[in-house]
Amino acid sequence: MTAEASVSAEPVLLDKLEAGVLTLTLNRPERLNALNAALTQALSAAVERAAADPGCRAVLITGAGRGFCAGADLRELYERSQELRAAERAPAVRDFLERIHRVMNALDSAPLTTIAAVHGVTFGGGFELALTCDLIIADKMARFCFPELRLGLIPGFGGIPRLKRDVGNAVVRDLLLTGRSINAAKAQSVGLVSQVTAEGDALRVARATAAQIGKFDHETAIAAKHFIKPIPHEELRREIELFCALFTRPAVEAGLRKFVESTDALPYLP
Amino acid sequence: MATLEQTTEDILQLAASHFKVSRADLSPTDDLFVKLGINSLQALDLLTRIEQHFHIELPDYELQGVSDFRTLAERIQSRL
Repeated sequence: MTAEASVSAEPVLLDKLEAGVLTLTLNRPERLNALNAALTQALSAAVERAAADPGCRAVLITGAGRGFCAGADLRELYERSQELRAAERAPAVRDFLERIHRVMNALDSAPLTTIAAVHGVTFGGGFELALTCDLIIADKMARFCFPELRLGLIPGFGGIPRLKRDVGNAVVRDLLLTGRSINAAKAQSVGLVSQVTAEGDALRVARATAAQIGKFDHETAIAAKHFIKPIPHEELRREIELFCALFTRPAVEAGLRKFVESTDALPYLP
Repeated sequence: MATLEQTTEDILQLAASHFKVSRADLSPTDDLFVKLGINSLQALDLLTRIEQHFHIELPDYELQGVSDFRTLAERIQSRL
């Protein structure tokens, strides 16, 4: 298990290496596995270790509790930004994004087979995390959403360029501009999800899929992955610039404050 | 095509089954959020069940302003 700990003293990321397959479990169920600094750092360290471990061929990412991941921990983001003077906020959010992008890019390009086994809420940064993986395997109750426009923002963890890499531009516009959520069947129909499973079966199917890919020559599999899955560096850079430009506007601060003050799990819905 | 009454009844059955309440305790004019005591996350689960049952897509923003089961049924009817 990783050493990073949450408030509840539980590790925020669980890891288990079995038969060359590392299963990483986002473990902040009380926050729907929202990506805070500790979880991001733990994820980064785990991916780095896995990439350097010749005994590890694949990484599966899953979430503990009722959903895969609700996205960035907006409460932490808001509280940290409030501790800063106005002039310090833009550089701080840029630094935050740069760190997140390094993790996402490392996962995206890792010399490993990567599979997101998702269930329930796969929103915002959680959706963006899944998009870094080679395959997404979804429980039939999974829902995907980019709710950022509801807060006056755009996805900031690489979501738009990566979604655009995988599906048609019209689908990207639909999800981005409406902020609506789609179910697993719809996500599969647009080419985003490779397999839809029965409830509770996503991780099992992901393991079976990793085992199948593991039968092939690893070097060839990774060469094929890098050939077909280039990282859209230029667009990712532009996304950071746009996010930073939008973040410091009063409308965003108001949206985040409303979010933080709400007691609902997903206060920006419907 | 199913009638509004049939669709309403299907939703009531789905809600009762998903949230483990008695169908007899639910009526078409009930405020579903109040009656079921659900939050936005649970409402999304219900939405997924509805989409699967009726083989439709119902954007979550269509739930805005919907409080009772019958109005929800009307939104579904417009997608059938």
